[in-house]
Amino acid sequence: MPWDRNQMAARAAEELKDGMYVNLGIGIPTLVANYVGDKDITLQSENGMLGMGPFPYEGEEDPDLINAGKQTITELPRTAYFDSATSFGMIRGGKIAMAILGAMEVSETGDLANWMIPGKLVKGMGGAMDLVAGVGRVVVVMDHTNKHGESKVLRKCTLPLTGKGVVDRIITNLGVLDVTHKGLHIVELADGVTEAQFRSATEATLV
Amino acid sequence: MKKVYGTASEALDGLLFDGMFIAAGGFGLCGIPELLIAAIRDAGTKDLTVASNNCGVDDFGLGVLLASRQIKKMLSSYVGENAEFMRQYLSGELELEFNPQGTLAERMRAGGCGIPGFYTKTGVGTVIAEGKEVKTFDGEDYILERGIVADLSIVKAWKADETGNLIFRKTARNFNPPAAMCGRTCVAEVEEIVPTGSLDPDAIHLPGVYVHRVVQGEHEKRIEQRTTRKKEAV
Repeated sequence: MPWDRNQMAARAAEELKDGMYVNLGIGIPTLVANYVGDKDITLQSENGMLGMGPFPYEGEEDPDLINAGKQTITELPRTAYFDSATSFGMIRGGKIAMAILGAMEVSETGDLANWMIPGKLVKGMGGAMDLVAGVGRVVVVMDHTNKHGESKVLRKCTLPLTGKGVVDRIITNLGVLDVTHKGLHIVELADGVTEAQFRSATEATLV
Repeated sequence: MKKVYGTASEALDGLLFDGMFIAAGGFGLCGIPELLIAAIRDAGTKDLTVASNNCGVDDFGLGVLLASRQIKKMLSSYVGENAEFMRQYLSGELELEFNPQGTLAERMRAGGCGIPGFYTKTGVGTVIAEGKEVKTFDGEDYILERGIVADLSIVKAWKADETGNLIFRKTARNFNPPAAMCGRTCVAEVEEIVPTGSLDPDAIHLPGVYVHRVVQGEHEKRIEQRTTRKKEAV
C-alpha cells in the first residue's frame, strides 16, 4: 500500500533532528508539524516569525498573527518576530536547517518546479525560490505521480523551475529517494511497494 | 518637525502624482496600510507602479486600487488571492514583475540603505535570472538584483510616537520596515500615536528617521484565512 498524506508527513518528520530550525511549506508539509513528537524543533514562518504555534482556539484568532499561508496561528514561549528582510536574511544566509516543500515536478539532478504552470493561473513563487536557494537541506514531499498517473520524478522538469539542483531528498507516496551526483538513489520503499512498482512509476533514471 | 496628521488624505497631501512608484507594506491582508490605500483611491492618482508582496483581495487592500484601475504595474511575489488581478493581468491591462519574496524584501531594504544592487543565489537557473548579470563567487553563481527606491512608502504600524518612531505587532511587521526604508518619503498609519518619550527607546522597531508623516486611525484588520482548532473536552 502506498503511503497516504499523513504517512508521508510522518515519514518526512523523521528527517527532523533535535534543535533544528525548519520551514514547512503549504499542503502535506504543513502536516509534518503533527508528527514532530518529542523533538525540539522551531518552525519558521517566512512572513516574520520563529517559533510558530498551533492554530488558535475559536474566538482567539488575532489578525496580526498569521503564517505564510495567511492562516491564523498562535505564538509559543520561544517565539520571535522580525521583518521580511530579516526573515529572508536567515533563509538566504543558511541559518534555517531545512525546508520541507511540496512540488509539481522534481528532476534526477535535483531541479524543482513548484510555482507556475504556463497558460494556467499564475500565482507566483512567494518565498519558495529563496528557500530552496538558501536553506541547508531541501526535502520535497509529493505524490509520486500526477492525476493522469504520470511520473512527477523526471529526467528533466518540463515546468518553469523554482531552483536548479536544489533538492536533497524526495519523499513520495511510494517511498524515499536521494538526489546524488550519480543520480537518484532509492532509500526506502513504502510498505508493500515493490522496487519493480517503484521503478515503473518513475520516469527518471534510478541508480 | 510636525509629523502627525489628522487624516490619511491629509497625510498624503502633496505627495501623490500620476505615474509614481509606491512601496507598500503588508503580507496578505496582515499589516497593510488600509487607510492610506483608501485615501489614494479617493485621490484618484493613476498609472501607479506598486511594489508589494501581494495585491490584496478583490475588495480590500491594494485590490481596491485594481478595481479603480489606478495600478499600471505590480512588483510582487504572490498574487493568487485576487480574481480581478488575474483578469487584468491576462488581458494585458496590468503589468506584473514577479520577484521572489526574499529578493523583493532585500531590494527594498537595500534601496533604503543606499545599496543599488546585490548578488543573490535566489532564482539562479530560473526565469528570474533572465537578463540579469551572473557573477561567480567562490565557485557558486549569483545574480545581480537592484535595490528599490520608491517615490513614496505607505506602511502600517501598531504604535508611533510624535517623532515617527514605530513599533509593530506580531507578524503584522512583515514588509513594513523594508518598505518604509526604501521610500523617498514614508507615510505610516498606526493604531495609536503616543506622546514622545512614552515608548521604550530600546523597543523601537523602526526609527523615526525613516518616517516622515504619521496618521492614527481605525483599522478593519480583515482575516484572510481564519483557521482554528477545537478545544479538547475536559
